[in-house]
Amino acid sequence: MSSRSATAVRRRIVAGSLVLLSIVLITIYFREPVGGGLHGVQSTGATVLRPFEVGATRVAQPFRDGYGWFSGVLHAKSENGRLRREVDVYSAQAIQNANAVDQNAQLKSLLNYVSAPQFPKGYDYVATDVVTRPPAELAQQIGIAAGSSSGIRINDPVVNADGLVGKVTKVASHGAEVTLLTDPDMMVTAVDRATQATGLVGTGQSRGTLIVDRVSKADLVKPGDLIVTQGFHYKKLSSIFPAGIPVGTVSSASVNDTDLYWQVQVNPRVDFGSSLQSVLVLVPKTRKH
Amino acid sequence: MRLLVEPAKVGALVFVAAILQVSIFSTFQILGGTPDVVLLTLMGIALLRGSIYGASAGFAAGLLVDTANLGTLGVTSLLLTIAGYWIGRYGETTGRDRAHAPYVSVAVATILVQFGALFLHYMLGDPVSARVVLLDALPAKVGLNLLLTLPVYALTRWVLGLGTVPERATEVQLLG
Repeated sequence: MSSRSATAVRRRIVAGSLVLLSIVLITIYFREPVGGGLHGVQSTGATVLRPFEVGATRVAQPFRDGYGWFSGVLHAKSENGRLRREVDVYSAQAIQNANAVDQNAQLKSLLNYVSAPQFPKGYDYVATDVVTRPPAELAQQIGIAAGSSSGIRINDPVVNADGLVGKVTKVASHGAEVTLLTDPDMMVTAVDRATQATGLVGTGQSRGTLIVDRVSKADLVKPGDLIVTQGFHYKKLSSIFPAGIPVGTVSSASVNDTDLYWQVQVNPRVDFGSSLQSVLVLVPKTRKH
Repeated sequence: MRLLVEPAKVGALVFVAAILQVSIFSTFQILGGTPDVVLLTLMGIALLRGSIYGASAGFAAGLLVDTANLGTLGVTSLLLTIAGYWIGRYGETTGRDRAHAPYVSVAVATILVQFGALFLHYMLGDPVSARVVLLDALPAKVGLNLLLTLPVYALTRWVLGLGTVPERATEVQLLG
């Protein structure tokens, strides 16, 4: 055999073996349970890689901050005007809310009312960095730097200062995967805080938007209403998300004769883009480690 | 010695590119697309070192990316192995010594990898939208990758050239 054809054979053997190995990996990983051997190896590998990812994120932070500063300056004037209008509205609301809280406390004490665990009172939290992101067009998951060693479990709710981010879907010892609210498989029971109309929040048709599905025509939804998690309890079933976590603001709401439900579009409060750099994982206080 | 140094340099390049991709570049979404420095680095390695290095580097890079993202192991490896092999073969045959080879490789590989990723995720039952992947993200991704092709290729060539002793002339040609 000439050296040229020997090289060609070697080349094909290497490429063929690697393709075959990839297919074998996919098959085993796809078929084995979450606690399987390959998942364990991946979890260990992710733990080993985590310090490098955190280091790279820290090195890039000044550049990100610089980009954020320039971007902020460009939008500062319009944002300032909007925020001033919002401050006026929220100041009035804050006074009303303070009165309502006092009244609520008085009424509860009169009734000897027993409350269910509520957000954020019934939860501890684990504050952690976002360290990895797959391409957003293919996956709506992010990687965080804390895992089971911090008490995090699958299905723990994830929030940030703006509202609901998603839930934990995979856990390694020093890392976890969080599926964002914008994932097509995510549905969250939610309620319109102004009108108490309930529905299911899921991802919308266009990128980065949400919808509220299954809102009965008998209920009322208005643009500008705040949508929060409902946190239902029904017999042994209960939502994994506690009640009262902000989800978004209704941007449009319409209904016609042929529809069974309202068509509700929601602007999420959380920016799921590159500004999402840290999150809080909610861990129930009742959990025994 | 060269037998050890070359794979070490390729391994270091792949490792750095994978870490930078999952922790930094994936966060930069411009016009709906994100640059893919792993694919760009792979292009440089495959064009400069051939299809065997391309396929091997692609497999390793995919494994690192899937491990870091806690994604389905093997998916990115499969795509990048094929991409690395193809780019390597292109470099070994028609693309040799052509200035446009890096750009052609990146444009074609980006499109094929994106189609392949969509197909694989669809086959695995992941919720992906063809409209988002192909219409919203792909044009911007191709554009961003093409913009970064030259610097990443130059950097890859520089790293692969580090510590390489130039071959001595074995015969002298007399001119004039």
